[in-house]
Amino acid sequence: MSPVLRAFLIISALLLLAPLLFPSVYYYRIGVLVLINTLSVTGMVVLLGYVGLVSLGHAGFFAIGAYATAVLPAYGIPPILTILVGAIGAALVAAFIGKPILRLKGHYLAIATLGFGMLVWMVLSKEAWLTGGPDGMVVESIDVKAPFELLGIKIKTAIAWYWICAVAVVIGIVLATNLANSPAGRAMRAVHESDVAAASLGIDVARTKLTAFIISAVYASVAGSLLALFNRYVTPDTADFLHSIEIMTMTVLGGASSVYGALIGALILTSLPQMLTVFAEYENMMFGAIMILTMVLMRQGLAPAIAQLFSRGRK
Amino acid sequence: MTSLTLENIGISFGGLRALDGVSFTANSGEVTSIIGPNGAGKTTLFNIITGIYQPDIGKVLIDGTDVTGEAPHDLARRGMARTFQNLQIFEQMSALDNVMAGRHLHERRNVLADMFGLPSSRKCNRESAIAAQAALKRVGLGGVANRPAGDLSYGQLKRLEIARALTTEASLILFDEPAAGCNAVESREIDDLISSIASDGAAVILIEHDMRMVMRISSHIIVLDHGRKIAEGTPETVRKSPQVVEAYLGVHGAKEAGAALA
Repeated sequence: MSPVLRAFLIISALLLLAPLLFPSVYYYRIGVLVLINTLSVTGMVVLLGYVGLVSLGHAGFFAIGAYATAVLPAYGIPPILTILVGAIGAALVAAFIGKPILRLKGHYLAIATLGFGMLVWMVLSKEAWLTGGPDGMVVESIDVKAPFELLGIKIKTAIAWYWICAVAVVIGIVLATNLANSPAGRAMRAVHESDVAAASLGIDVARTKLTAFIISAVYASVAGSLLALFNRYVTPDTADFLHSIEIMTMTVLGGASSVYGALIGALILTSLPQMLTVFAEYENMMFGAIMILTMVLMRQGLAPAIAQLFSRGRK
Repeated sequence: MTSLTLENIGISFGGLRALDGVSFTANSGEVTSIIGPNGAGKTTLFNIITGIYQPDIGKVLIDGTDVTGEAPHDLARRGMARTFQNLQIFEQMSALDNVMAGRHLHERRNVLADMFGLPSSRKCNRESAIAAQAALKRVGLGGVANRPAGDLSYGQLKRLEIARALTTEASLILFDEPAAGCNAVESREIDDLISSIASDGAAVILIEHDMRMVMRISSHIIVLDHGRKIAEGTPETVRKSPQVVEAYLGVHGAKEAGAALA
């Protein structure tokens, strides 16, 4: 079975079966958040896992998508279309800032992306005439039940959102898996492992990194748009530094080298705080602790560790 | 027909003149070897040819076109490929994927087609896999195509790099100590491989310490010492040059070189 078909079947099956474990509509809401984070993290898998770059500013791209969806309907663009406009905007911004900063390596790049995220946060907080400032703004709602009603299915809003986001995640994961096994993805992995060797084969290292950066920005932006539509409210917190860290932690915990890791990382780190609301105060500490433990105990992340366990079992 | 010409190459690091007035031409169908004692400037010269360093003076020409200081990936586009002294393998990828990466310039590059898995992208992948499989067979690694590169032995990795360079279909291939660390049998296999690559029509440039290998397969040898070219010519003439014997080969080395030629 090709890796793409396998990813499609496994992820689809998981998302189809998950609702069997949902005792109430509230769980569908958590499910939606997990799926939206999965989308962001899948983009980060392309960036960190495929081409090996760290970004601590991806919440910036997430916020670009979220605010595109919040702001643009006032200018006559239908809410659904704002997802596309936001994605194109995020891609352009990524191309513009990526060109100079992707020449940096390791922690220099991390710091530069961190700066980008803060910049977006600052603009969103200060330009109140457009963004509503620190209080955020209301997002025009869309009728997500309509497509289901067309098919004659009566459905609650949160449940409709779950299925819409599930489709988005399956598409996102299939695209990323296709990429991994394609010429462009191979070039990315080659750059990741040895940029001198990649360049000696004619691979334009800077361009390859930029492509991955843009792709990951688009994933984050689409996730941001979906969250804005789902919550019907956006705040500058979408661009917050801690949100970038969250995306990064999910990626590292799940395992940056595989798209399955994206789902696992997003699932654990989105649902844990919801289950343990008593510890809400310590959420950020938890992210830090998880990051450290993952680095010390299983640098590859959970998904490869689980895969290894299975292959050992087979032997 | 491809030729690489170096004209009066010079470069200094701080006060040290690492290369001074080095010129030579390497032609297709020939193995041109660069030899010399440690610190003679071989690796520096290699780095200048492959675009990693920019020389202070002088020119690098491919088929008469000035390519001095062009980026490595642009040089690849002009038909240059290389192997690395301290292996540069994509270890997490399979042996086949390593070699398929060498097909980059022959692939139609369209990220969107790749992401959507369009037929054009799949066809491209299939063609690359076929070419890579052939290159692996040629270096004797046909049986380990699907193994992770990280699992291969040192000698196999040396050959994997050669397969990767071959699959680019470069007309100018540079080998940086391809037999270093290999045993006699492996070294012999690599000898034969490099000879056959040259006789297929590529211009081959070789840096190697193994004098037997150099004398056996080179058509043309450049001897460097302290950044200057002290001799140039066929293995026969170089071996007999008193300057070369003094600077590099020594009496024992000259004997060994003679044995290789005999």
